[in-house]
Amino acid sequence: MMWDLIGILVKIAIVVGISQGAVAYLILVERKVAAWSQDRLGPNRAGGRWGLLQPLADGAKMLLKEDVIPRYASRPIYILAPCIAIIMATIAFAVVPFGPVTPPGSLRKVGPIEFQIAPGMDIGILYIFAIGSLSVYAVILAGWSSNNKYSFLGGLRSSAQLISYEIPLGLSILGLVLICRSLDLNAIIRWQDEHVWGIVVQPIGFLLFLVSAFAETNRLPFDLPESEQELVGGFHTEYSAMKFGMFFLGEYLHVVTVSFLVVILFLGGWDIPFLLDTYPAAGTSTFMLWVLAFAKVGVMVFKVALVVLFIMQVRWTLPRFRYDTLMDLAWKRLIPLALINLVGTAAAVQLIRGA
Amino acid sequence: MHADHPSLKRLEPPKLTLMERTYLPQIFDGLLVTGRHILKSAVAGKVLTVEYPEQQHIPSANYRGVHRLNKDENGRVKCVACMLCATACPAHCIDIVGATAPDGWDDREKYPENFIIDELRCIFCGMCEEACPVDAIELTGLYDLTGLSREEMIFDKAKLLSVYDVTKDAEPMRTGNPTPGMIASGSANHTDVEPVPVTSGPILRPLS
Repeated sequence: MMWDLIGILVKIAIVVGISQGAVAYLILVERKVAAWSQDRLGPNRAGGRWGLLQPLADGAKMLLKEDVIPRYASRPIYILAPCIAIIMATIAFAVVPFGPVTPPGSLRKVGPIEFQIAPGMDIGILYIFAIGSLSVYAVILAGWSSNNKYSFLGGLRSSAQLISYEIPLGLSILGLVLICRSLDLNAIIRWQDEHVWGIVVQPIGFLLFLVSAFAETNRLPFDLPESEQELVGGFHTEYSAMKFGMFFLGEYLHVVTVSFLVVILFLGGWDIPFLLDTYPAAGTSTFMLWVLAFAKVGVMVFKVALVVLFIMQVRWTLPRFRYDTLMDLAWKRLIPLALINLVGTAAAVQLIRGA
Repeated sequence: MHADHPSLKRLEPPKLTLMERTYLPQIFDGLLVTGRHILKSAVAGKVLTVEYPEQQHIPSANYRGVHRLNKDENGRVKCVACMLCATACPAHCIDIVGATAPDGWDDREKYPENFIIDELRCIFCGMCEEACPVDAIELTGLYDLTGLSREEMIFDKAKLLSVYDVTKDAEPMRTGNPTPGMIASGSANHTDVEPVPVTSGPILRPLS
């Protein structure tokens, strides 16, 4: 019991440390991708040609800048909002499997350690969606408490947008859940390992999920809550220094979570077809068990990195939606499509599995 | 012309196919475009920007930067204090103090005792250059004009002449070397002037 607790605490420390560090570097990657897609060089002054120390410089800047709180802001809520943003983005990682995890009740171990902070959570997806919905509060409260028209408009936009897109987001994975018969992220990966990747059985679901995920993370082409050109800075207009930085980190953590979800649900998680299996062959040496486990983690992280890069490239490809077209897309296109997809999948599952 | 005029041709937006109405092919095309740019600049290193302090940008030959007052072959200022540039200047940033030409300057009656350009008011339109009958004032390719105070940015005659000294090798005068007398006799031909070659190598910076 004691050792379990220590193990989990160590895992939390590692996951939080790595994810925060990764997010700092994601900002650098984003700036590089932005620069390259516009035929520029990007940050290259701090830390050599690739600007590898730029995140440190950015972080120091964020921490040392003057932290302005407007006089007319509702102070407690104004301070609470960025905390919500970063906490909600961080605790979503509790159920995200980073590698192989032994299914609950199984006697055979899939690896030397479980790559999940809370292994055996059988409602993983629900938990992540619930947390994701809570992060709406960060944006709304930030916009409202700033006592500023632009911030308020940003907050309003985002509440409508995030709530609208949560519906297709939830509906889009139901088909996959029907097929895999589980809400547990590990069970979904195992099903994909034994059969085929989710993107093959649920191509429409994949598309819907991807589009809604862009909207949920407030990324372009759906970044209407911020929309610098229209709303100055949107919900974080009045935020400065590290409070602004926390929104920024929260957004990128969200991107990472969403990328993990895309990989876990539709791209097979740690699975490489015909190469990596859930259970290592009996009699594999301990050393090989570790190698296999970390190979799976590596595959997973590689896929996630690709998805993150894709999300960044999309940002520099597509222009922002107009607000009414944004709502049209959610309510008139995505939700009906998701419902059709769901009914179709349900019918197919019923017909194939038989009564 | 009213809305249903017969000569007006109405264009209908093209009908999109079902696939096009999902916008997925267009998005894919867009991704290809950005992807090409990313690969080109990240892998091949072909970028449009230069790393400024180390790599100097060389502006085109007709770039309009800091002014200079040209000197003739005797080292005298070419300006004849005719005030055409000051008159042409839309920003009123040129202030010329004219005086009778010193003894021995036989080709002109006046010369500028002082010639002051407020570089902060200047809009770098090049009108002064166009107006000057003796090609005394020219805009150079110097673009990194900075100063710590407003006073510093008001260039007097000495400073404008020093800009000429600094830039004369990199940027030769645009029109041969007509003396004021030639202009007066109307013999100066501006059309047969060789185009100024784009200068290569670093343009010398320090001005002060």
